Amino acid sequence: MTIVGVLHAIAAVLLGAAAVLILFRILRGPSILDRMVASDVLVSSVVLVLGVEMVVNHHVRTLPIVLALSGTAVLGSIAVARYVSKHDRVEVVDTEGVPGVEEMEERAEGKVE
Amino acid sequence: MSVGAVGVEAVDVEAVDVGAVDVVAGVLLVIGALLTLAAGVGLVRFPDALSRMHAAAKPQVLGLICVLLAVALESGSWLTLLFIAPIVVLQLITTPMAAHMIGRAGYRTKNYRRSLIVSDELQDDIDRAQS
Repeated sequence: MTIVGVLHAIAAVLLGAAAVLILFRILRGPSILDRMVASDVLVSSVVLVLGVEMVVNHHVRTLPIVLALSGTAVLGSIAVARYVSKHDRVEVVDTEGVPGVEEMEERAEGKVE
Repeated sequence: MSVGAVGVEAVDVEAVDVGAVDVVAGVLLVIGALLTLAAGVGLVRFPDALSRMHAAAKPQVLGLICVLLAVALESGSWLTLLFIAPIVVLQLITTPMAAHMIGRAGYRTKNYRRSLIVSDELQDDIDRAQS
């Protein structure tokens, strides 16, 4: 396998792992905004996958799809964000185990006068 | 003989060039994929929606630019570069629109961890407007 093939394989594996992590956040939520941010990132990772595929197979046929996606991916999250209401508020309780949150809170408290 | 030798040499030089371009394109692809992975890790590990927006923007702008540059390098045509320019411009225009709308909705519906905020200048302005 050539070095170029290795680079392409690394890029493909990294994009696959990223897509799994993004899907986890879409499924887990907790709020609709988390899901919309994650689905925006999923669209851009699809665009990146299209780009990698173009480079690997030496063609530029899917560039119009990239153009359309980069122009319209934003509409969904704008439409959803417009109609988020206070009923969609999530009491944030699932970050208790997140490392570093306590430090961030202490730092935030220390700077508040 | 000499003509044949020159021809062989020219082919060799071209082969080396194409190989270098391929490697550069591959490195750009890996950079874009790394940024996407970083966004995925940030989406999973950051504590609230407003923090997750910070991680989300990296593959949308820099990752897209890297991968599209790789596509242009690989195709070796100026027309491709001409085609990816509006893609990058569209993405640069639309990504802040989405971030603005989501951030506004997140702030208004209080979908963030109050305890993580160091300073809230918008709340100061709201207080001043309402007093």
